[in-house]
Amino acid sequence: MWFAVLAGAAGCYALKYLGSAIPGHVLEKPLVKQVVVLLPIALLSALVAVQTMATSQELVVDARLPALAAATLALRFKSPFIIVVLIAAATAAGLRYFGLAT
Amino acid sequence: MESTATNWLTVRKEIVGKAISIGAAVAMYGVSFGALGTTTGLTIPQTMALSLLMFTGASQFTLVSTLASGGTALTAVTASWLMGTRNAAYSMRMTPILKIKGPGRLVAVQLTIDETTAMGLAQDETAFEGRASRLAFWATGLSVYLLWNLATFIGAISVSAIGDPKAFGLDAAIAAGLFALVWPQIKSRIEVSVALGGALIALALTPFVSPGVPVLAAALVAVILGWVTGRRLS
Repeated sequence: MWFAVLAGAAGCYALKYLGSAIPGHVLEKPLVKQVVVLLPIALLSALVAVQTMATSQELVVDARLPALAAATLALRFKSPFIIVVLIAAATAAGLRYFGLAT
Repeated sequence: MESTATNWLTVRKEIVGKAISIGAAVAMYGVSFGALGTTTGLTIPQTMALSLLMFTGASQFTLVSTLASGGTALTAVTASWLMGTRNAAYSMRMTPILKIKGPGRLVAVQLTIDETTAMGLAQDETAFEGRASRLAFWATGLSVYLLWNLATFIGAISVSAIGDPKAFGLDAAIAAGLFALVWPQIKSRIEVSVALGGALIALALTPFVSPGVPVLAAALVAVILGWVTGRRLS
C-alpha cells in the first residue's frame, strides 16, 4: 500500500512541477500564450460539466443540474460568491430532502 | 493613493473570505476521503500521506477507490496520475502570474490544483500589480491545504463518516463554486466557445472512456481554438 501511496503522490507532484518548469520565453510566444490562457478555461468548464452531470461513467440528470441552474441565475444577478454556493447547496439539498431528485 | 489603499483592503477581505468558504466546502469532502481511506484498508498514516503529499482530491479519491474495487497498485497509481495531469496545465498558467523564485516555487507547485487556479484566475491579472491574483492563489492554497488535511484526519479517525455530503448538497456546491470562479474568465466569444466546447466534449466522452480522460480531452478545444486564433494574432 505504501508503494501506491508514495508513487501516486510523487507522480502527481511531478505533474504539477512539470508545468512550472517550462521556460518563460516559450510561454511568451503569442501562439503558445493564447493556448495556455485558454487551457484552464477548457479544463475547469469541463470539470464543472462532469461534476454536474456525470456519476462515474454515466451521464445523469439529478439534483445537481437544477442546483447549477439556480447558481447561474444568481451569477447573472451578480450575487456574491458565497450566496451562489449556498443557493446551489440549498437547491440540491432541498430537492433531495423532499425526494424530488436524487 | 488613499482610495487605492482602501480599495485593496476591501479586495483583500473579499478574497480571504472566498478562500475560507472554498476551504470549508472542500473540507466536507476531506472528511469523506479520510473515512473512505481507512474503511478501504489504508492505515491512518497512509490516508494522511495522500492528503499531505498528493494533495489533489480527484487523484486521491481515484487511487483509493481503484484499490478498494480490487485494482492493482499499479492501476491505482496510473489512474491517479491521469487525474493529476490537468494540474500540469494549471501550473503552466499560474507560474508567470505568481512570479516566485527559489524554494517558494516548490510550495506553490504543490498548491496548484483546481480551486487555487480557478481563484487565482478569477481575479483581474493586472489588478494591484498582480497582487489580487497572487493573494487569491495563496490564500486559497493555505485554506484548502489546512482544512483538507484536518478534515482527512477527522474522517480517518472516526470510523463512520459524519454524513453523506450529498444530503447537504455539497456536490452541487463544489461544482457551483468552481463555476462561479470560471464565470468571470469567460468574456470574449473565443472564451465562451472554449468553455462550451470543453464542457460538451467532456460530457460526450464520459460514457466511453475512464473517468479523468473526458476532462483532459477538453484541453484539445483550447489547443485547437488557441492555435487558430493565436495565428491570427501573430
